[in-house]
Parts: sequence; C-alpha cells; structure tokens
Amino acid sequence: MRRALPALVFASVAGLAQAEPVVVGDAIPAPLTAAPGEPARGRAIVADRTRGLCLLCHPAPIPEERFQGNLAPSLAGVGARLTPGQLRLRLVDSRRLNPETLMPAYFSTAGLVGVADAWQGRPILRVEEIEDVVAYLATLRD
Amino acid sequence: MSPWRRQGWLPLLALLLGAAGPRSGFETMTPELQAMQRDDAGNPGMLSVLEGEALFAREGCAACHAAAALRGVAARYPAHDAARGGPIDLAGRIAECREQRAGRPPLPRESQPMLALQSFVAHQSRGLPITPDPRLAEARAEGERLFRERRGQLNLSCAQCHETLAGGRLAGANIPEGHPNGYPLYRLEWQALGSLQRRLRGCFTGVRAEPLAPGSPAALALEAYLFGRAAGLPIETPAVRP
Repeated sequence: MRRALPALVFASVAGLAQAEPVVVGDAIPAPLTAAPGEPARGRAIVADRTRGLCLLCHPAPIPEERFQGNLAPSLAGVGARLTPGQLRLRLVDSRRLNPETLMPAYFSTAGLVGVADAWQGRPILRVEEIEDVVAYLATLRD
Repeated sequence: MSPWRRQGWLPLLALLLGAAGPRSGFETMTPELQAMQRDDAGNPGMLSVLEGEALFAREGCAACHAAAALRGVAARYPAHDAARGGPIDLAGRIAECREQRAGRPPLPRESQPMLALQSFVAHQSRGLPITPDPRLAEARAEGERLFRERRGQLNLSCAQCHETLAGGRLAGANIPEGHPNGYPLYRLEWQALGSLQRRLRGCFTGVRAEPLAPGSPAALALEAYLFGRAAGLPIETPAVRP
C-alpha cells in the first residue's frame, strides 16, 4: 500500500507532464524528460527568487545575486556531493528523505494545506525546469 | 575584584536573560532604524498617532474615554469578549465601539482612519508589557496549532522560520521572532503604517498560501497565540521595521 502512494502522488500532477518519477533508494535515476536539461537555463531558475526561490535559503556560487540566505547548505560543490539522480529526488520531493525538511517539494502537490488559489494543484516547477536545475547543479563540482 | 567578577557576570547574565524570553524585532534592527523609532519627531508612525488623536476627539470617543484611561488597554488585547464567546482584537473592539456606541458608519479594518485610531490607542500603552488574557487559552491553543502547521505551495509553517530559524537570513533579510508588540507599525518596505494582519498576509502570500481573513476566528486565534508568546515584551506602537 505504501509503495503505491508515490505513483498516485505524482499522477496528481501528471496533467502537466507524462513523467512519473521512479524512486530508487535515495534517488530518481531516470530524467523526467526526453530532452536533456540545460545548465544555463537551470542557473537562471536557481538565481530567480520568484521561480526557483533557491537563494532565499541556500548560498550558491552566483556572485551577481548579492542577497543569499544562510538557512540551508551551500550549493557550491553540490554536484560533487550528489549524483544527478539524488539531486532529482531532493528537488522533486525532499520529504521522501526527511519528512521534517525545510525544503519544499518542487514537483509534488501531495499533502499541501491552504494553498492559495493561484497555485492550486500546480507544482513549484515544471518537469523541464526540474531537469534544467538538475543539469545546472550537477556542474557545481567545487 | 577580579576582572571576571567585574566584567564576566553581567554579559553572562544578560545572555541568559536574553535567551530566556521573547526578543522584539527592535533588538535585531540596525542602530539607525532603532534611532528612527525612538525619536518621536523622526518616527513616521507618529503621524498616524497624531491623526488618531484628532479622530478620537472628533468622532466622540473622548466623550466616554479619557486618553489616560487607555493606558494599558492594548497590552491586554486580544481579550475575551463575552458576547462573542471568544477573542476580540483591538481593531475589532474599536470598530464595535465606534459603530454600536458612537453610532458611526463602519470603517474598513485597514483604512487609514482605523489604523490611525488603533495607533493612537495602542500608543497609550507604549512601554507596558504584554499581559495575555488568561481566558483565551483555547484560542491560543488553536493559534499555536496554526502557527506550527505547514501551509501553502512552499509548505512552510510560521514556527519553522520565526522560531527554529529566527536570527538566520532569508535572502538578505534577518528573520525576526515575529512578535506583534509594535503594531500598527511603520514598515520601510511598505513606505506606510500597516497592521499585523497586513504583515501576516505578507508571510502567507510568501509561502503561496491563502491568507486568513482578518477578523475571522482563525486570524483571531493566531493573533491571540502571537500575543501569548510575546508575553512580557513592551508595546512599541508605533514601531519602525525594515
């Protein structure tokens, strides 16, 4: 029963994409799109505090963005610490690894409470954007 | 006297006392902003207090209430209201009194005249410690549940930022403990004086959650909890915040 849940959860946002992420251990090894992610687009998403929102909490090696948070680990070197598959699961739904995590689930709407109308039923990022961000983070090797 | 005895104790004591109680957002502001708040001639919120004082006289409030008798009132709100069987906040009380006793037409909760009246009344309690109404235990418990509930598309609770991560930096901004002791207050980000409800809307919108309707039971419960956890902090109205 528990194993069936993720498929249902991801199916709830599947209207936006045909992807149904398959979790293996602490990773989603397979990309969610046929086309590979584009690191430059991923960097722009990470730097944009209304799209990726990453810099609100994480410091990152993006020097032109001066105001970066210190609430979460630095993204510098994250591509050396984690595989693309591990990065993908942490973006898609970090709660799978730590239910108490501060990190929002970027591609799951399961279990959310009181979501504003404008965001109802929508994940934070689209699958293409998830792949772009994974591709960018994988380049951060030191 | 040893250097330790001369210098060691006081900072340690201050640290222990400081760590023990709630900490006003005033404490973590820049010295420049603290000075702006302290100086009545430079504090932009004082304009609303003065506007409120004039309205208080003109609208007939002064016929029943001596301004001096208002000292301490804001420090006791939200208070239990027998007719409602639950909490009423200062804005709600002022609105009710205006309409039912003074026979004035209703004013929107966050209109400038309402904010001005509220500023004037709350300002009378400046420096007095928040003393939560003991009859609001039930509302405070519900408020605490809301405070700890993760919500919105970003799935964050008030407690995660304003309790666990207070003192950290969200992007460039220091995260305060989120106490309500300075409202209505002048916020540089707004370039205006605004209410606690407006500030709460900012956080709710930030986590992409539907804001609580001002004056609703949920909003009043959260407000009651916020004042409960700020017990002992002095009223600062009109505070200045970044």
